[in-house]
Amino acid sequence: MTTEVGPETEVKKDSEQVGADASEEATQSQEDIKCEKTLSEEAQDSPSSPALASQSSPSSQKKEKDLSESKGISRFIPPWLKKQKSYNLVEPKDEAKKKAVEEGQAVETGECQLPEEVTPPEGNLEKATAESQQVAKANDKEEEKHSLSSADTQPAKEDSKETEIKKVSEEQEEKQKIEGKRETKEVQTAEIKMEKAPKKIKTVQCKVMLLDGTEYSCDLEKRAKGQVLFDKVCEQLNLLEKDYFGLLFQDNSDQKNWLDSSKEIKRQIRNLPWLFTFNVKFYPPDPSQLTEDITRYFLCLQLRQDIASGRLPCSFVTHSLLGSYTLQAELGDYDPEEHNNDYISEFQFAPSQSKEMEEKVVELHKTHRGLTPAQADSHFLENAKRLSMYGVDLHHAKDSEGVDIMLGVCANGLLIYKDRLRINRFAWPKILKISYKRSSFYIKVRPAELEQFESTIGFKLPNHRAAKRLWKVCVEHHTFYRLVSPEQPAKAKFLTLGSKFRYSGRTQAQTRQASNLIDRPAPYFERTSSKRVSRSLDGAPMGIPDQSLLRDFSATTVGPAGGVVFDGEAVGQAKLKDGKGRDEDGSPTKTPQLELTQDEKNNSLRVDGENIYVRHSNLMLEDLDKTQDDLLKHQASISELKRNFMESTPEPRPSEWEKRRITPLSLQTQGSSHETLTVVEEKKQAEVGIEETVVIDEINRGKMQADTDAGETHKVEHLSKKDSSSSSSSDSSSSSESEDELVGEYQPQHRVTEDIIREEQEENEGAKKKEERATEIIQSVETLQEGSKLKVTVEHSQVTAKALTQENAVTIKTGEKNVMEEGKREENEEQLKINGDVSHVDIDVASQIICCSEPPVVKTEMVTISDATQRTEISTKEVPIVQTETKTITYESPQFDGSAGGDTGLLLSAQTITSESVSTTTTTHITKTVKGGVSETRIEKRIVITGDADIDHDQALAQAIKEAKEQHPDMSVTRVVVHKETELEEGKE
Amino acid sequence: MAGLGLGDGGSLGRCSHAVVRSLSESLCQHALRREKGKEVDFARAEREHQLYVGVLKSKLGLQVLELPADESLPDCVFVEDVAVVCEETALITRPGAPSRRKEVDAMKRALESLNLNIVEMTDENATLDGGDVLFTGREFFVGLSKRTNQRGAEILADTFKDYAVSTVPVYDSLHLKSFCSMAGPNLIAIGSTEAAQKALKTMQQMSDHRYDKLTVPDDAAANCVYLNIPGKGHVLLHRAPEEYPESAKVFEKLKDHMLIPIANTEMEKVDGLLTCCSVLINKTSEL
Repeated sequence: MTTEVGPETEVKKDSEQVGADASEEATQSQEDIKCEKTLSEEAQDSPSSPALASQSSPSSQKKEKDLSESKGISRFIPPWLKKQKSYNLVEPKDEAKKKAVEEGQAVETGECQLPEEVTPPEGNLEKATAESQQVAKANDKEEEKHSLSSADTQPAKEDSKETEIKKVSEEQEEKQKIEGKRETKEVQTAEIKMEKAPKKIKTVQCKVMLLDGTEYSCDLEKRAKGQVLFDKVCEQLNLLEKDYFGLLFQDNSDQKNWLDSSKEIKRQIRNLPWLFTFNVKFYPPDPSQLTEDITRYFLCLQLRQDIASGRLPCSFVTHSLLGSYTLQAELGDYDPEEHNNDYISEFQFAPSQSKEMEEKVVELHKTHRGLTPAQADSHFLENAKRLSMYGVDLHHAKDSEGVDIMLGVCANGLLIYKDRLRINRFAWPKILKISYKRSSFYIKVRPAELEQFESTIGFKLPNHRAAKRLWKVCVEHHTFYRLVSPEQPAKAKFLTLGSKFRYSGRTQAQTRQASNLIDRPAPYFERTSSKRVSRSLDGAPMGIPDQSLLRDFSATTVGPAGGVVFDGEAVGQAKLKDGKGRDEDGSPTKTPQLELTQDEKNNSLRVDGENIYVRHSNLMLEDLDKTQDDLLKHQASISELKRNFMESTPEPRPSEWEKRRITPLSLQTQGSSHETLTVVEEKKQAEVGIEETVVIDEINRGKMQADTDAGETHKVEHLSKKDSSSSSSSDSSSSSESEDELVGEYQPQHRVTEDIIREEQEENEGAKKKEERATEIIQSVETLQEGSKLKVTVEHSQVTAKALTQENAVTIKTGEKNVMEEGKREENEEQLKINGDVSHVDIDVASQIICCSEPPVVKTEMVTISDATQRTEISTKEVPIVQTETKTITYESPQFDGSAGGDTGLLLSAQTITSESVSTTTTTHITKTVKGGVSETRIEKRIVITGDADIDHDQALAQAIKEAKEQHPDMSVTRVVVHKETELEEGKE
Repeated sequence: MAGLGLGDGGSLGRCSHAVVRSLSESLCQHALRREKGKEVDFARAEREHQLYVGVLKSKLGLQVLELPADESLPDCVFVEDVAVVCEETALITRPGAPSRRKEVDAMKRALESLNLNIVEMTDENATLDGGDVLFTGREFFVGLSKRTNQRGAEILADTFKDYAVSTVPVYDSLHLKSFCSMAGPNLIAIGSTEAAQKALKTMQQMSDHRYDKLTVPDDAAANCVYLNIPGKGHVLLHRAPEEYPESAKVFEKLKDHMLIPIANTEMEKVDGLLTCCSVLINKTSEL
């Protein structure tokens, strides 16, 4: 259930609404059915959103499904969030009114649109779950308002749109610009909407090969997005933890591509048959952390395929062992009567499987007596996950010298193989930027210890598509595994060129959190598939069956897909074209300008295609952010939030702690290990120290480079835009995806990733650039912190500064960060246009906005390595307290320990994220408070390492600190407590 | 099933058998050596070796297969170079020095007698010395040295498919393990020279896993033998304090290990270090 509060949801929803209102106005009921159709395709990102629109047509099955899905979703939503939503619903109205009063009508559209963008999805959820009358009412109001505003502004929109296109009046006031800009967007969406509304249903049959070898087919609206299909498949499979999975389609060159959920299927597969394979996309590094057995089962199926096809190489012994677990899972205990010698020959355990191996499998199968299928699967996964190629997505490439290599994308970074040998590895934290240009793929790598400059390493891919595919996979993997929430492609709004592709699904962190809340009885499912799989795979490695299928389908499916156009379609089509035409007009007009200036500037520069700056943020407030703005406006509710939070936070946690309790706290220690510990402790401390200086060093260097670099960096970015323009324009003829990217323009990501903790140097650069700009516009930058913290402050001040500049023009409503962000982007764009010299485009802008409307945010991070007893502080529950003869070493920095520091202020929000590995529990506590108008975000990370003597505490400690450092170079370790216990007490309560 | 399945590093050093080989007298005169140095005192070398084998056999209770020396093979005592054994699979190498290629025969027979899956390196373009192979319990690092080439490393990777095999350039030493070895499940002992430190950096970069390091002042002393013996726990054979006093002090800080100092003065004259003189095998499936 990916979808509950995804940003796209909001946007889409909004666009639908706007569109629907604009086109339908009063005649809503009449078009219900058609509208529904449109929605279904528009809203696959958010199964919940159609519920809203379909409200007036209760007969539709779509709605039913959505409802049921939404119910599923609701499980993932902590109760406090749900509660909040109910009052949020009322909000847009108030806000809109306020704004309407304060500003001109035209402005109002822009303004009121935004709150809607934020709130309705919540409303949807609420409605979907509760179906309360109140919701319906609120919704009515919204709709009213919508139709009003859109009616009012329709002409204005057209105007401003034209201005945009012709690029005439650059001197327009900022305000108008912004407004116009947003309206343009609106127009586009409205147009699309209008086209869709009158159209009749056109469906395509779609086939999906499932992991168990069966085929699922369904009818899809022709313009459905990937998400619709994916959701259908997951529903069919009864799969909740679906973020690890995806749909593949095979292109003409037999390359497998991931279907992008956020885009129309048709645009991605073009003339290919509507034939997909359901696959694991992100292999969970630790499958035991999956919540449901059914998820593990599908992962097992995938791995069995991977192994049988040779994609995941194993030794003989491992093949046999994994095979034996497969048998145990699917056949149960070995039964000498039932299982004669041939019983396993119908299974395939290896690409080539010898009699010897089968014997070994049987031999091992006998030893698994008593294991349940789920246990057998778990054993299977525990072994499979340690295989070196587990979860490594390989891509053929050549290095700079033309030597054949393989690039492997995995959870931890990028691996370089030559033949079977690993010859290099770039962990995500080492990679500053990933880009591609034509058939080349580049990574920009952080300088090594003794090096001065970042280096860019290029690889040659077989063709442009392969390079882009690799780039996308990298973007997705990085986001999924490294970030807490996806990076928002919002900034791409003013960069109309190049791929705006970003991973839009949930990250691993998000999906883990969500699955912690899964609360359903373990679903029943049958494990019978391997036989089928093995048959279909027999002797023929994967892909071959696929191909035959492809052939089958090309006969049948292509026909309908090619498109019989039904009544009314023509109109829609025409309009669509029209809309598209404008879209396309719009962007090229910007392009030439860019190109001109860039051509002049960039002769000497390195060229990049699409860029992604690798963001290494780790923590941020997610769901809470959204409510936070509202809270600013509705301070009265704060206490309620507080209470809700207090009530709700313990919920997800107990399970975590329960897990911890299960793991024995055998802190048995040998008499001598005390000393060892201390000794090594010193060593570790020293090492940490060194690392710290390195970090600081980097930062300083980064800063110094700022002046010289900033310009260049800008240029590079522009250049990249230019290049991508050329590539994407050439692309647009062949690749419909680039068109999708244009469409993507109207998907502003309003859930800004707040409180991104930027940790890496690249971000410093970003901050520096901003710094420049900030001083340019408004000084008064408060630089209160030293060292790396500086950048944070600067960022915030800068944002505030921006906010101020805009205030006259836009009249920012309380903490409506969307407005701010929007405005900011507009400003950027304007500068870009006016100057022609595009020195202010900063790719990172959007994602760097941190609580735009708020004053400088002071961040404090803390790592406390504490002992078991301290866990009581975090957990509201009683936690095992071990009576001990102990030695406790505490390193404590003089810095004030602010576990309750924010109390003087007003608590805005708080969030606790807990993650744990075998011996380490990391609790991240994020609180936001407002103290006298100054908002403070405190991120407190508490890492508890527990374990018995077998675990190397020192190593764990050092690693924890190292990791924390890597994530947040500007963190400070406030306390290190080493607690060694000589005796184990069982007392748990 | 404890013994089966992929290691998470915790099973490193588990060992039931060892293969060693007696010194041939030709060692003193004809063993390959990187630099001319002092002459080997054969009697002393033999005593040191007997002590070494005695520790494995008596003190640690391993089943030790002692292969007889072959006078035509002066380097035959350095069995490590001719076989890489991991779990149930043994790769019989193709040593980089042509004069040593015949050493594999006796080793192959010995390993066959232990019922290991034997893989032979037959490719004439491949060379690999076991001394260039560092198995950490989670992955392999293979030194690309004068004795080991890319092809040899590839064959190693094909043999042990479960594990990542990363290559590490080795310039100034004979083997990768001339300056490093495993000193614990997650602990790499490493020498202090620039070359050693550089190799460690490379290994750290290549690995998804983070290892601890134990830096010792002397490269040669960084070559130690780690064992995990049931009932005895972590066991570390390291160079004696008389030889490398500073390095020995570092080892002595490993309080969790049973430390067994072993002198290896004579063999070191012909580039032989502690790991060189044995092939350690863990037979779990004597079903």
